[in-house]
Amino acid sequence: MAQIKVNGEIQVVELPLNVSELIKLNNVEQPEMVSVQVNEEFVDRDEWNSIQLKENDEVDFLYFMGGGAI
Amino acid sequence: MYDFTEQQIERYSRHILLQDVGVEGQEKILNAKVLVIGAGGLGAPVSLYLAAAGVGTIGIVDADVVDLSNLQRQVIHFTNDVGKAKVESAKEKMLAINPDVKVETYHTYLDSSNALDIISNYDFIIDGTDNFPVKFLINDACVMAGKPFSHGGILRFTGQTFTHLPGTACYRCMFKEPPPPGAVPTCSQAGVLGAIAGMLGTIQAAEALKYIIGIGELLTNRLLTFDAKTMKFHTINTRKTDRCPICGTHPTIDHLIDYEQAACELKK
Repeated sequence: MAQIKVNGEIQVVELPLNVSELIKLNNVEQPEMVSVQVNEEFVDRDEWNSIQLKENDEVDFLYFMGGGAI
Repeated sequence: MYDFTEQQIERYSRHILLQDVGVEGQEKILNAKVLVIGAGGLGAPVSLYLAAAGVGTIGIVDADVVDLSNLQRQVIHFTNDVGKAKVESAKEKMLAINPDVKVETYHTYLDSSNALDIISNYDFIIDGTDNFPVKFLINDACVMAGKPFSHGGILRFTGQTFTHLPGTACYRCMFKEPPPPGAVPTCSQAGVLGAIAGMLGTIQAAEALKYIIGIGELLTNRLLTFDAKTMKFHTINTRKTDRCPICGTHPTIDHLIDYEQAACELKK
């Protein structure tokens, strides 16, 4: 078991765990609408499967938000 | 030195009283030029507060006319404005609040052919638009022209905003390219709590005023998000990305792009 921070909140997860798996664990409805930062570095979508998370990693999910005028 | 009239001293007294603003700060506001893109949910509060603050020149870009379904959140438009061009409706209210300000209207869509030209006249740009193609266009145009801007987005009960200054993280540092059109929930499915537009728009207006006066810490290299259902605010630290296709070390974008717009019309 390892502790990581997701959008500022601590989550206890089982390693090994890659970014794609973390997205699934967090029930992100539309992964295509999310941008991911690991330890304040943005990671490309095609790296989500290969990036293995470690204890104390900080992951941020940033969501596309479009509205405003309409 | 700006020659304040007695009426102006009174009108702006609550700004002038602030140690960080004073007469000098108010003078900067009166000399400033801010462009608001979108006269909708975000553009409404932004334009009202910037006009009230006395921002000397405010440009406003919007091609639409006021629709009844806008009135739930676009507080600059009134019931008898339905059918009127949004930029005209907005201009009337801004001048009614403060005849000191000059309002320039652009009754047009912002696209790759006019974006650089329009923003070139302004010191600070507000993104109050509703769709990703224009959000990316504003980002790219501002990065290319070296203009600061405030990004804003709202959806359902949530909002997010950040401020870009040349050299700080841009929208493409965070989101490389627009989401596939099919992935975007349609506006009719998504909906938005009207008051969220006010919460986010007033943050954008405050950022513009802070930038103009030169005070405080702007929302640069930070993405502020909030969820009104829990009233939790969260700030994500970001930074300029070397791989960013527009502001990175080897940019691949050298011209403005008109992305395909996802259909976002309420079926009537």
